[in-house]
This record gives sequence, C-alpha cells and structure tokens, in this order.
Amino acid sequence: MFKKLLSIALVALMALSFSVAFTGCDSDKKSEGEDDLKFGFIYLHDENSTYDNNFLTAAKEACEKMGVEMINKTNIDESDACKEAALDLVDQGCDIIFADSFGHEDFMIEAAKANPDVQFLHATGTKAHTEKLDNFHNAFASIYEGRYLAGIAAGMKINEMIDGGKITKDEAKMGYVGAHPYAEVKSGYTSFYLGAKSVCPTVTMEVTFTGSWYDETLEKEAAKKLISDGCILISQHADSMGAPTACESSNVPNVSYNGSTVKACPNTFIVSSKINWAPYFEYAINCVKDGKAIDTDWTGTVATGSVELTDINEKAAAKGTQEAIDQAIADLESGKVNVFDTANFTVKGKALTSYKADVDSDPEFKGDTEVVKDGVFEESKYRSAPYFDIDIDGISVIE
Amino acid sequence: MNKTKNHQPLVHISKRDSLPMYKSWAIRGLAILAALVVAGVITMLLTGENPITVYTTMVKGAFGTSRRIWSLLQSLAMLLCISLAVTPAFKMRFWNIGAEGQVLIGGLATAGCMITLGDKIPNALLILVMIAASITAAAIWALIPAFFKAKFNTNETLFTLMMNYVAIQLVSYFEMYWENPKGSSNIGIINQSTHAGWLPTIGNYEYLLNIIVVLALTVFMYIYLKYSKHGYELTVVGESENTARYIGLNVKKVIMRTMILSGAICGIAGLLLVGGTNHTITTTTAGGRGFTAIMVSWLAKFNPIYMILTAFLITFLQSGAGEISTVCGLNESFSDIITGIILFFIIGCEFFINYKMHFRFSHKEVK
Repeated sequence: MFKKLLSIALVALMALSFSVAFTGCDSDKKSEGEDDLKFGFIYLHDENSTYDNNFLTAAKEACEKMGVEMINKTNIDESDACKEAALDLVDQGCDIIFADSFGHEDFMIEAAKANPDVQFLHATGTKAHTEKLDNFHNAFASIYEGRYLAGIAAGMKINEMIDGGKITKDEAKMGYVGAHPYAEVKSGYTSFYLGAKSVCPTVTMEVTFTGSWYDETLEKEAAKKLISDGCILISQHADSMGAPTACESSNVPNVSYNGSTVKACPNTFIVSSKINWAPYFEYAINCVKDGKAIDTDWTGTVATGSVELTDINEKAAAKGTQEAIDQAIADLESGKVNVFDTANFTVKGKALTSYKADVDSDPEFKGDTEVVKDGVFEESKYRSAPYFDIDIDGISVIE
Repeated sequence: MNKTKNHQPLVHISKRDSLPMYKSWAIRGLAILAALVVAGVITMLLTGENPITVYTTMVKGAFGTSRRIWSLLQSLAMLLCISLAVTPAFKMRFWNIGAEGQVLIGGLATAGCMITLGDKIPNALLILVMIAASITAAAIWALIPAFFKAKFNTNETLFTLMMNYVAIQLVSYFEMYWENPKGSSNIGIINQSTHAGWLPTIGNYEYLLNIIVVLALTVFMYIYLKYSKHGYELTVVGESENTARYIGLNVKKVIMRTMILSGAICGIAGLLLVGGTNHTITTTTAGGRGFTAIMVSWLAKFNPIYMILTAFLITFLQSGAGEISTVCGLNESFSDIITGIILFFIIGCEFFINYKMHFRFSHKEVK
C-alpha cells in the first residue's frame, strides 16, 4: 500500500521539521518578569473591533506592568469554542483566564467547574453571584457614569447648535445605535441621555437596535437612518466603526464608545467614554499573587481608574466642555450628583419610587431585588453588570 | 512537419486513462509538499517568522496535549458525520449544498426539545424524543428540495442553498424567542444546572460518544453505498437518469429516499452538536461544516473510509492554524490563508491526476 508508505513519509517529514524547529514565536512571547504567573485572555473578535481592542490594550498594559505572561485567543465564538479555548489555556498553564463577551459566560462557568484551581474572570456577566463558585468572578465598571459625562459633552454641543441658530430647541434630538435591547445597553443609553439632559433640558433621543454586537454595515445604516430622521448628534453602543464613520461622512457630531475614533473622524468625533480594564486585571493578578480571594462581583469606578473619558476633540466639541465634565466628575465623586437620581427622569409621566430589577439570573426573568433607595436607582450595586432596563420619558425606541 | 508543429498550441490538455494507484498518490503527496513549501515562503515573506516554526506550531496545536487530541477527534467526527450525510446525495449527482441548514434544523429541534420538555419528562424519554425530533426535522428539511426536484425538476443547487438561509433565520428567530436573559438574543447553555437532555458521556471522555456514533455511521455508509441495493440504485441514477429509468428504477423515489437519508444524518450531526457537546444553539453551530463537508466528500471520491483521511487533513489544518494565530500573535485570517493555500494545491492536483498536459516542444509526445 503506497498510501501507507506515503503517510508514513509525511509523518516523518513533520517529525523532522519538529526536531529542527526553532522556537521563534514561543521565545518572543516569554515575559521577562520574575513571576511565572500566566494570564489567558479570550476575546470575541480581534483588534478590529473597538470593544475587543479596548480589552487587548488593557491586557497588554496590565501584564507588562505586572510582569505576567499573557496568552491571547481572539475570534472565539460564544459557543463550545469558548470552553475549548478556556480549557486549552488551562493546558498551557494559565493561572487566570478572562473572557470578554457576555455570551461567553455559561461556557466559562463550565470550564471553571472543571478546574477549581484556576481563576476564571468574566466581563459583563451576571451569574457569578448566583453560581457561587469560588473561582468564577464577574466584573464590570460603573460605565453609566462615563456615559453620563459623555452625555454632558453631547448636551453642550447641542446647546452650542441652538445658540448658534442652527437648530431650534425642539429640534434637539439625538440618535443612538444600540446592539441588543437589554440592560447593559439600556442603562448605557439612559445615562448618556440623562447627561445630555442635565445641560440641555429639551433634548430627546431616538434609539435603534442592530441585533448584533458587531456589524459594520448594519451600524452604518442605523446611524444614517437616525440622521435622516432628524437626529443632530449620534452616539452608539455597538462595536464597529459603522456609526462613527457614517457620522463623519454626513458631518454629524458623534460621541463614541470604547475609545477615541478621532483618527477616522477628525471633524465629528467629540469624546468617547470607555472602560479601562487594566485596573481590574492588575487587581486580579495581585489577588492571585497574594493568595487572596477575588471579588465575586467587582465594579470599577472613576476613582479606580476604570471609567475614563478620552481626550476631547476641540475641533468638534463645544467650548467649555472640559470644564463642565471636570465639574461633573467632582459632583459624582462627592455624591452631590447621582446619575440615576429619580428626580431627574420620569417613567410614563410619573416619578419612579420603587423598582424590582432582575438581578438574579433565573428562568423567570422577573424582578427580584428592590433597587430604588432614597430617591436613587442603585445601579451596579447588587451585581457588577448593569440592570437598569426601564424605558424613561424622552427616549423613543424605533421598531 | 515544421509548419504543423507551429500550429500546435504551446500546451494542450487531454484526459488521462486512469493512473495507477501509486502514481496518483505520489502526485497528491507532492502537492501537499509543494503547498507546505509555498505556504512556508509566504509566511516568511509576510511575517518574518521562521516557516518551520509555523508548521511545528500547527502540529503542537493539533496534538500538543491529550485534550487537544480529543478535541481534534471530536471536530474530525463532526465534519466526517456531515460529510457522510452529503455523500449519498452527491453520488446521485444531486447537489445538496444545504447540509449547513439541515444540521441547524436538526440542532434547533434538539434545542427545542431540551428547552420546552427539559423539566417535564424523564431524561431517558427526553433523549429519545430529541433523537426522533432532530432526525425527522432535518430529514423533512432535506426532503423539501428533493420533492420539488423529483416532481417539478427544480434546480436543487439553488433550492438547497436557499434553504440554508431560511434555516439560519429560523435559528436566529428562536435565539431571540428563547433568549436568556431577556434582550440578549443569546440562549446560553441549556439546562446548565439540571443537565436535562444532555447526551450521556462514556466514562470521563466527553467526546467519546460522538466519535463512536460517527464511526458506526461511517461503517454503515460504506456498506450502504457499496453493498446495498439502495446504494447501487442511487449510483445508477447518478451516472445516468435515463439508464436508471430504462432498467425500471423509480428515479423520483430514489431521489427522495436518498435525500431523506442525507437529511437524517445531518439531523444526527445537529443532535450530537447541540445535545452532546455545545448544549446551546446559535447560527454558527454548524460553523460552515456543511460546506467544508462537500470538499471532504469529493476529495475522498465519495468513499467513506477515505473520508476519514480527508476530514482529518482539514481538521488538522484548522486546529493547527488556530494555534498559529495564538502563539505567533498573528491574526486569525492568516491561518485561513495557509489553509487556503494547502487546499488549493490538493484540489488542484486532482487536475493533474485526471488530465495530461502536452507541451509543443516535448519530445516524449506520442502520435
């Protein structure tokens, strides 16, 4: 059988290439740090997605600073592929494994159950506090504060347009491209809207959903539709460059997310809020080094350096934006201002006095925890991931 | 003489008589070698990485640890299962490019049973229902284009292709319908706490059941195609419908029967993917295997035993290439490029096995 001979020859060839192999790639990646800690990262997409790029940058920063070896796995689906990737990272000796996308959570839990000695971290997830595993942890940041601050920049820009006679007060309508209609997105756009409203009381907002976290064409189309509907400023919570580039080509100001888009949109980019994940990664590395438990739910804030605004693009932003934002940061930190202060918004014309949020993930999808206390909707207090999912007045959702 | 020679084209191509086995396999071997060399050169030019490292990494990625070998076997089994499914249809010259959709529908039926009946009926019964539902659903999905082909002679290539998109849309609809939590358009792992409807594992080997099922299917398909009356009939229909009619075969019946079988096996693939390993369904559950399977089946000349080899080659390339992008920090697309180059050579070499090239100045030319 020649076939057999051939396959033996091929195997021999591979074995040969094995034995003479250089270790190019491996040795490049070895860190020079004194610690042998290994940190594995799982990303839904790669650096082309603003969302994943934000994690990639933070991971690199934290691992370099702490002298920890980093292994990245990009383009990992929210499927069994995630569990495979996590188990593979365990095989490679990782002590901590992190996944960045909401849909990775169940698969991370499976991997965590099988590997009790490895710490599993998951951003944006909701199940750590109900799963009660020692080695599975959720994390998020009070990005609603960041969005609120970005909203102030948007409101200032709209005020400038009103004052300059470009639009009337009633035409002050913003557009928002969202990914999926669930709490993380709703909390985000509501806080953005409340930020804008705090400086421009007549502002309204139109929201549309693409049904996908990353779809450049859909996001571009959605932004264009909002612009043709009369929206004079666009923001987004979806991960491609679709909405920002649509704004640039239509010359409509844009408040971005996940990082600055000023390079691609020099005329329309105002500011971007983002979560800086490096503090969380550093925190987790320190916990593992010191043998301490990692918080089941960790919520980063402006104070931890987790919630950030990028530099303001002076070319597009209104005058005095920086000062207004600085003031707002001080007010948020002192507790003088709360983003979800129930005095600042109404639901169907009424003030919100009580709300049961769906904090625990169970099949019922019913509210289980009272979250309105002393006139404030307490976001990200009972778990790190947002649970504000109320439709407030002034925001209309199309479709 | 000189004149006529000038009128000859530089190259002309003629069909070969069948090559001896060792020659055709030697050509294939050379093609793989040439592909590795070209891929290596391109890697070096583009990245400055040592090409040998790239191949070493691929081998490590596929066989590095025992878990990776299991994982490779699992991917191999799933690809092989779908390849087995499309084979009888292709052998009948029925261009079934709808395997992707048939697998998804099988998976969707499985997921549906797990979600709706999860805590209502005993587990053994639930698994039986899942098996029946997935096979039936996928078989019906495959029967639809076959029925129209048999009755109205519609174009099955377009029909099966379009059925894929319908299936994908159905899955994304149900992803929203069964979403967990609300608004996320994501089903997540079904019955994660109760494990209801999860196919049993054999010992501690999570993937062993899938592998055994597919192995049994391979043997079944080999016997079915080679020794059964059905297998003979579908081969005749594939060679010539008129001949088939002439010898008294009911061609319509053969077409529909074969597609039901094709769909049923896709349904099993969906069942194994959703009930056995993923325990969830997304539009990417089939992951393009429905199309890759066609290549596996053709490369193996519709022989289920050879298919193990071709499916292995493709799975090896995929898992190895995935490792390259991780270790060398290259983009995922780069490993696709390598896979593409290698497949290009392997498919291309079939040309040299089937045809002969004659050069104008060749002295060896006969007649």
